[in-house]
Amino acid sequence: MRFTSYDPGEFYDEMFEPGGSPRPHAQLLIDTVESLSDGQLLRYQRGADRLLLQMGITFNVYGDSAGAERIFPFDLVPRILASQEWQRIDKGLRQRIHALNEFIDDIYHDQHILRDGVIPAEVIRSAASFRPQCAGLNPPRKVWCHITGTDLVRDRDGQFYVLEDNLRVPSGVSYVLENREVLKRIFPKVFEGLAVRPVNEYPSRLLETLESIAPRYAETPRVVLLTPGIYNSAYFEHSFLAQQMGVQLVEGRDLTVTHEGVFMRTTKGLERVDVIYRRIDDDFLDPEAFRADSLLGVPGLMAAYKSGRVSLANAPGNGVADDKVVYAYVPDMIRYYEGEEPIIPNVPTYLCWRDADRQHVLANLEKLVVKSANESGGYGMLVGPYSTQEQREDFAAKIAANPRNFIAQPTLGLSRVPTIIDDHFEGRHVDLRPYVLYGKEIFVLPGGLTRVALRRGSLVVNSSQGGGSKDTWVLA
Amino acid sequence: MNHAKPLLSRVADSIYWMARYIERAENVARFIGVNLHLMLDLPSEEKQWQPIVDTTGDARVFLERYAKATQDSVIEFLARDPRNPNSVYSCIRAARENARSVREIISSEMWEQVNALYLQVRDSQGLAADALPSYFYEVRMACDQFQGVTDSTMTHNEAWHFIGLGRCLERADKTTRLLDVKYFILLPSLSDVGTPYDEVQWAAVLKSVSGFEMYRKRHGRISPPRLVEFLLFDNEFPRAVRYSIGRADRFLHAITGTPAGTFSCSTEQRLGMLKSNLDYGRVEDTVAAGLHEFLDGLQVKMNRIDECLLRDFFAQWAAAAGAVI
Repeated sequence: MRFTSYDPGEFYDEMFEPGGSPRPHAQLLIDTVESLSDGQLLRYQRGADRLLLQMGITFNVYGDSAGAERIFPFDLVPRILASQEWQRIDKGLRQRIHALNEFIDDIYHDQHILRDGVIPAEVIRSAASFRPQCAGLNPPRKVWCHITGTDLVRDRDGQFYVLEDNLRVPSGVSYVLENREVLKRIFPKVFEGLAVRPVNEYPSRLLETLESIAPRYAETPRVVLLTPGIYNSAYFEHSFLAQQMGVQLVEGRDLTVTHEGVFMRTTKGLERVDVIYRRIDDDFLDPEAFRADSLLGVPGLMAAYKSGRVSLANAPGNGVADDKVVYAYVPDMIRYYEGEEPIIPNVPTYLCWRDADRQHVLANLEKLVVKSANESGGYGMLVGPYSTQEQREDFAAKIAANPRNFIAQPTLGLSRVPTIIDDHFEGRHVDLRPYVLYGKEIFVLPGGLTRVALRRGSLVVNSSQGGGSKDTWVLA
Repeated sequence: MNHAKPLLSRVADSIYWMARYIERAENVARFIGVNLHLMLDLPSEEKQWQPIVDTTGDARVFLERYAKATQDSVIEFLARDPRNPNSVYSCIRAARENARSVREIISSEMWEQVNALYLQVRDSQGLAADALPSYFYEVRMACDQFQGVTDSTMTHNEAWHFIGLGRCLERADKTTRLLDVKYFILLPSLSDVGTPYDEVQWAAVLKSVSGFEMYRKRHGRISPPRLVEFLLFDNEFPRAVRYSIGRADRFLHAITGTPAGTFSCSTEQRLGMLKSNLDYGRVEDTVAAGLHEFLDGLQVKMNRIDECLLRDFFAQWAAAAGAVI
């Protein structure tokens, strides 16, 4: 298969320049792909699909019958990032995570940033993800966001923007590791001559991060990963990470809280737990502290956490910065806490509770993307240019009824990467989710999850809505 | 100092049942495969499919849903029926579901093996009749491979010992049932052994536990008392009841760390007593006192052991929770 008839189109193409000549850092990759004999790439692609099914790398689809599993489609053509470009992203992410962590700690203590008038206090008071239960808490090392999966997008101008911070329980990193593994097994030749930075140190780094926040002195603190169970859409990732780190994968019912701390139920009795990497939302974590109807959580867990007998990653309450209205203030946070200009800008955001912004949004619904402040995963969203009159009216009514809950952004022309469609290449829109760890220090995994909208013209990359993924290469 | 990671009760439970379901699927696949083969040797009036449904212990469920035990209905029920929890399909699905919930405990190779096996049986609906013998053979081999992969890729830790325990108890259960059903069907012909069909039928019983060749090496000519001795009391044949229970006993002691011949919980006590029954049993006494009663007693004892396992290991969290709340 060749790129001769490939059309980079009007968007920023990650592999080709506007004139159609290869970007210099992608040249070797293009040569390797073109050197394959006829049909070989398609045979590799089928091999990869088979391998994913065999390895059972699947996700569960909500609303489908229980246990319905699908593979997350994987496109063999990697997304490739030049070394210099990555350095900037790396620096920008460190800066942003540091500022966000300062912000969360500030918000649950003295709230200087509100008192200094940088963010209106009303924004925080009205944020659904603000947890009064967390006020005054001091998590070990004062770190609140241990694992972050920031969503970046590249617009037509070639510039990267932060779309979402995903501080709560970001998922997807297992696909980063497995995509690389599959590509190496299926198409090893593609790596020849290139220095692609490895991603497989992630599990050890994650374990280090988790061990670094243990509440008591222990030579090897006991870390566990708390999952909602096998019907959760990210269950594969939970078990994969537990396996790769060599820690126990536990469900809420495996844990119990005593006045001494948190224990797990084993064949030999109760065993103390020091650090819990929880993949359950705040709401479901502890029926005594949050939602009383949660069956997934552990009664008493928050009390044990507050008294410092167990550590939780990520720290409960950090979702306050995931609120999309709060997101709009992140550049101000960076200036306030770091005394620097943001390295990676935000997507320009209109806040509907501001009268002028709201009027602009309502007058331009067909051009904008409207999001509700607390949803993720592509839910609760209006993509103006692809919406119907009825959908726009529906959103206009919702915005009028609850302006605080809505923001709007211009419709971005997400960058594209050549993708195998039937028997040829077509450009498909992508985003990028790098992963950042924060324990003793900040670690940015070189690469990340490139999600690709497989439907022609689609800008929605979520796995629940027809998205696939690609291996992401950062060149050394 | 012991650095081994403690095993969650829930995980021990899942991994034990994963092993039992794989073993059960393999046994059922073998029973069907052997019976398909046997039927070719028998005149049509002797062709029987009902006994293998009896062997798996699901006769009542079968009769509720199928009018008559024919080759088609029995194969449908035992191999593919998703509503029969003991069909090959259901067992493999359950084994995989259990494996999925303990994927971080078992090796990737084990997971891939059981996942591939599941995909194979899931896609087997509507196989032509002439493809069936090789299909059952493949399922058996895949189950055997799973055991091999388990033994060679997983650390022989506490979780692995629960796998062995599940496998051995399931084996003992299946051999006991097979003997109970077949012995009494074939018994009336004991006096007139000598028809070629009897020889074929007894050989099929042995083949049902992959024991024909090994029996020959041990005892030579087929004789019902020696066959009972071989399947019940042999201490070297892996599917003999005594051998399986002896192995199970060793797995259990490896889990608890209690010295052999002593006990620290009721599971150990009951398994040890069962082991002694078999170690010191004699086939002549057993047959004289009633083989069926003896086999029935074995079944009851094995069911008790399962209840004890639940209390001593798997449901321990319930007791623990009660103690601290």
